[in-house]
Amino acid sequence: MNRWLSDSAVERLRAAADSPDLAGTRYRLIDKLGQGGMGGVFRVEDTALDRQVALKVITVGDRESDWPARLLQEARVIAKLEHPGIVPVHDAGALADGRPFYTMKLVQGKRLDEHIATIPGLSDRLRIFQRICDAVAFAHAHGVLHRDLKPGNVMVGPFGEVLVMDWGLSKLVGTSSGPATGQGAEAPVAEIVGPGTAHGSVFGTPGYMAPEQTRGETSVDERADIYSLGAVLQFLLADASPSPIPRALAAVRRQATAADPADRYPSVQELADDVAHFLDGLAVSAYPEGPLARAWRWIVRNRAWILLLLAYMVTRALLIFFRPR
Amino acid sequence: MTDDTGIGGVRQQFPSTHWSLIEGTRSPHAEERRRALDTLITAYWKPVYKYIRLHWKKENEPAKDLTQEFFARLVEKGLLARFDPDRARLRTYLRVCVDGLVMNEDKAAQRVKRGGDVSLLPLDFEWAEGELHQLEVAAACNPEELFSREFARSLFGLALGRLRRELEEKGKSLHFELLELYDIEEGGKQLTYDEVAQRFRIKPTDVTNYLAYARREFRRIVLDELHAMTATEDEFRREAQTLLGVKL
Repeated sequence: MNRWLSDSAVERLRAAADSPDLAGTRYRLIDKLGQGGMGGVFRVEDTALDRQVALKVITVGDRESDWPARLLQEARVIAKLEHPGIVPVHDAGALADGRPFYTMKLVQGKRLDEHIATIPGLSDRLRIFQRICDAVAFAHAHGVLHRDLKPGNVMVGPFGEVLVMDWGLSKLVGTSSGPATGQGAEAPVAEIVGPGTAHGSVFGTPGYMAPEQTRGETSVDERADIYSLGAVLQFLLADASPSPIPRALAAVRRQATAADPADRYPSVQELADDVAHFLDGLAVSAYPEGPLARAWRWIVRNRAWILLLLAYMVTRALLIFFRPR
Repeated sequence: MTDDTGIGGVRQQFPSTHWSLIEGTRSPHAEERRRALDTLITAYWKPVYKYIRLHWKKENEPAKDLTQEFFARLVEKGLLARFDPDRARLRTYLRVCVDGLVMNEDKAAQRVKRGGDVSLLPLDFEWAEGELHQLEVAAACNPEELFSREFARSLFGLALGRLRRELEEKGKSLHFELLELYDIEEGGKQLTYDEVAQRFRIKPTDVTNYLAYARREFRRIVLDELHAMTATEDEFRREAQTLLGVKL
């Protein structure tokens, strides 16, 4: 090819080769929203319903790859999870070149990691965390592990919506009996049954991935997501106001991110409950407190009543003291 | 339509066996080995030359010698045999090998004209030098970025050449001209499909369809070329992600 390709021509050709060929579909390409691990996400117009949606398609659809199966698996997993905290899937199909795609609601918002600086208050951040926990707990109740929870995979909408995104590494799991715990109960054990999980494969994001995921163990359970949630909590606590972070909350984070899964919360719901208890000024299970700490928490929690009582007592004392004799 | 270099002849004659490149360079058969090396050299000589010129700031003549030396060494020193796809991408491995060669430039001062599989390659350095003067981004980016950018330019150039040949053979030259106008020419994107249709005296719907076809074929050829130039399926997918999915 005896022709000079400028940098801008290379970029246009790159975009031309990367853009999904939507011929034969009801979608019209608008622009690219982002690039994930195995594919790109594009803003498209659904010409049948006259609305904009997000379309996800794998970059490479070669026959040897398990990516097409994984993308469809992802679409089916999300379609299974109808929850306000999980972005709904609208449609799935194949492009003219055979690559599978699916469309989903176009989320107007910002990624949590980009949005966090605008939420300085600890309680506001914890409420976002509770919403994330709600979505993940719902997924777990339907036998789905996310396996890549991190601030970059959470979107915060303009009306306070919190959506857990990118279920590309998620897995449908089958439950079976696991080893007995020290308390005599049985811990739920999930065996990964989806495609593309060869023994020893490592999925996830360093820093947010549970140690057992980092080691490439194939039998991970809900507690891997709990670890990631603990890491997300740590992210939310950093630079939050007020500081330092209360000990009880630090203990919640510590228990969620324990190296041994057996030392973590057994379910997302219990982690969320502890955060709710903290917000309500109640004791958290992760932090055994002494009598002084308990008394102080009681005072803080009932400070309004105590102040009112004190004001009443001071007023009564003043009235008695200045009573005309 | 001619290739930048005569090496390799007509590319379609190459078997498009997956991972043929590395396997081919390790083949006991000289002809197969030569073909694989030709593929590799065709794709990489320009990135190597420009990388030596821009990153290592070598003058024209020393850069030419080092480029020739580099590909000669690939054969003579068996550098490709040492490539481990589990440890690095082929592109990165080659760049590091170039770095090693340039750093040992003093030793290479005694280099001689060589025989063997790649004796004094007929590379069009004047053309590459001309391209170098048109580079919008000089050596400001890091070495990996620079090499990646030039590799993408080289690969897209090869793919466009092949696309043009294939479309001409199918009597679809107009499809290529549309791609050329819309995706290569500066300002092409500012034209509406109606304006393009008027210019080529076709229907606006034909513009949509022809362009979509040309882009689809371009994508197929890019991936096909990339397939042949990578060592493993995993490397192919990662390179495709880098090449197509991410702006360098």
